[in-house]
Amino acid sequence: MRHIISVLMENEPGALSRVVGLFSQRNYNIDSLTVAPTEDRSLSRLTLTTTGDERRIEQITKHLNKLVDVVKLVDLTEGAHIERELMLIKVKATGAQRAEVTRTTEIFRGQVVDLTNSVFSIQLTGTSDKLDAFIAALGESIVLEVARTGVSGISRGEKILSL
Amino acid sequence: MDQLSGGEALLRALHDEGVEVIFGYPGGAVLHIYDAIFNQDKVEHILVRHEQAATHAADGYARGTGKPGVVLVTSGPGATNAITGIATAYMDSIPMVVISGQVESRMIGTDGFQETDMVGVSRPIVKHSFMVQNPADIPLIVKKAFHIATTGRPGPVVIDIPKDVTDPKTKFDYEYPADVKMRSYTVPAKGHSGQIKKAVDVLMSAKRPMIYAGGGVIQGEGSALLTELARKLGFPVTNTLMGLGAYPASDKQFLGMLGMHGTYEANMSMHYSDVLLAIGVRFDDRVTNSDVSKFCPDATILHVDIDPASISKTVVADVPIVGAVTSVLEEMLSQIAASKQTVDEKSLKVWWDQIEQWREKDSLAIIPSADGKTIKPQEVIQAVHKITKGDAYVSSDVGQHQMFAAQYYGFDKPRRWINSGGLGTMGFGFPAAMGIQLAFPDAVSVCITGEGSFQMNLQELATCMQYKLPVKIICLNNRALGMVKQWQDMQYGGRYSHSTYEESLPDFIKLAEAYGHVGIRIEDKSELDEKLREAFSLTDKLVFVDVMVDPEEHVYPMAIKGGAMKDMILSKSERT
Repeated sequence: MRHIISVLMENEPGALSRVVGLFSQRNYNIDSLTVAPTEDRSLSRLTLTTTGDERRIEQITKHLNKLVDVVKLVDLTEGAHIERELMLIKVKATGAQRAEVTRTTEIFRGQVVDLTNSVFSIQLTGTSDKLDAFIAALGESIVLEVARTGVSGISRGEKILSL
Repeated sequence: MDQLSGGEALLRALHDEGVEVIFGYPGGAVLHIYDAIFNQDKVEHILVRHEQAATHAADGYARGTGKPGVVLVTSGPGATNAITGIATAYMDSIPMVVISGQVESRMIGTDGFQETDMVGVSRPIVKHSFMVQNPADIPLIVKKAFHIATTGRPGPVVIDIPKDVTDPKTKFDYEYPADVKMRSYTVPAKGHSGQIKKAVDVLMSAKRPMIYAGGGVIQGEGSALLTELARKLGFPVTNTLMGLGAYPASDKQFLGMLGMHGTYEANMSMHYSDVLLAIGVRFDDRVTNSDVSKFCPDATILHVDIDPASISKTVVADVPIVGAVTSVLEEMLSQIAASKQTVDEKSLKVWWDQIEQWREKDSLAIIPSADGKTIKPQEVIQAVHKITKGDAYVSSDVGQHQMFAAQYYGFDKPRRWINSGGLGTMGFGFPAAMGIQLAFPDAVSVCITGEGSFQMNLQELATCMQYKLPVKIICLNNRALGMVKQWQDMQYGGRYSHSTYEESLPDFIKLAEAYGHVGIRIEDKSELDEKLREAFSLTDKLVFVDVMVDPEEHVYPMAIKGGAMKDMILSKSERT
């Protein structure tokens, strides 16, 4: 099963490599990873998606917690949560295709953020599934380049991840 | 407040931390630090002959004393040479602080001379690491490093220091922090009382209980409490390779070591137990055998460990208890004392009758050689035990001799058996014995080794001469890599691929003498006792005892691969 784990860690050199290293060292996989400082500059928030059965996820969270740089973490998928991923996608579109691409972008509530005679650059935010669906709807043959941020997430309601 | 340079501050911080001895080897990137060493007399520095040996010596020192071992190496090859020793300490959870020099800050990342990304290279085998960026950070980083290395589940910590950070020209106000708090590092507190209560209930209703105790009991100084608990309950006890000495081997309730080369009675009792109290162990594959689904099929598993990640890692615990062994054992004892419940004496009697039957098999019986002259390796360990009255510090390398030492020495005290259990590092034993001898100058420090392992760190003969360390090296010389050969006998049709080298072995007696030590060779069983006594009588000398042993001997019992714990090969002709 897919899990989204959010980690608060010390914003220090080497911290990220310890997290990433842990995954390769213990043969866990990372499907996506995103990291940036929080409102408290001494902390970074790292969000990753991984897959595994319950025991594997338990081991992953235990080992993450063992890392000295890790202050706190939460498995967002354990409760109600909001997840978002941002994608910038560049597609080739000429002639009638241009209207088709614009319409599809509107349906998915994306925005065209740059264009030339033959190329659209589109920004889209949503769940990973939605981003996948958008690519499928456009048709892979016209896609030139995709840049996705990886999943970021937050719990619904009162629950917060902070010190 | 004193104005100190980074190099001076490092030495002062080590002293303030209570460090008495460090093991190291100088080089370009640490020359400022070595100059600071020269200018002080609080911290003793031991010059080894190879950085790997520095880490093993510090490791032996730590295992023997319970205090952290400290290592100082230069950048590049100095740092990478230390890696095997750091990994060895990591696998066995040994507290160690390794200080490595680094090229100057401005040179980092330029592939400078003797540059290695030590923090990166060591990352998977350290508990934590630091790269020092400012001299003034040294006191706090040293404080944190020792705190992390010695608390919770102990482990090695690396401090990488660029050369400019120790520059004698840059001084700062030195102050050593009295204590340290880290929001991201907390040590598990006492075990959960409710969980302990659950465990006690299970123990009280056990019909075929077994106590399985490991290195965590020794590291956590829990041996006395474990012994008290086991005696109070009257339950059988087994120790892992890392846990030998956690429970006295000469006690009637002790069934010997368990696992791959464990005794018949220990492994049978594990398999048929209905309640397993696992303390300070990690269900290593050398214990459980490769297929954990066959492990102790009827047992309710109570697992006590300070590291939550150890619990249910390989074998799922029914009652997990996270906490320091001492606090958990204390609470268990007090709950038992307060409880109206008693152990099931009747079932326990039946269980012990069964165990005694298994014990009668005498799986460690030694079959003397037919010619009466050839020495069996097990006989050497027994003789060493007799001569040292079972009270020596015994280190070992890795292979058959290690298993023989573990099986036949019979450790009654914790911290007496010093071996690389997790990583299985050949070359560990001799430098470790050196570290032990430095920590306990008047004690008997014995290294049980083989002619294969010994050659992996024999350069330390020079260090022992320089510091007058009278280590006793007992080499079970079978002219081959015995454990490899045993597996080749058992699984590869006796094809000894690169496990023999008889023609090229050095004359170890001359080798010892070349370094100014004493060498004694023993070839005939009739002289074993006398010559060993002679070796141990030379209390102020390092003695290398080269004992020619039967090269055909195998280590038994031996777990059958893929089987359960009850499945063992008992001799060349008998299996369970």
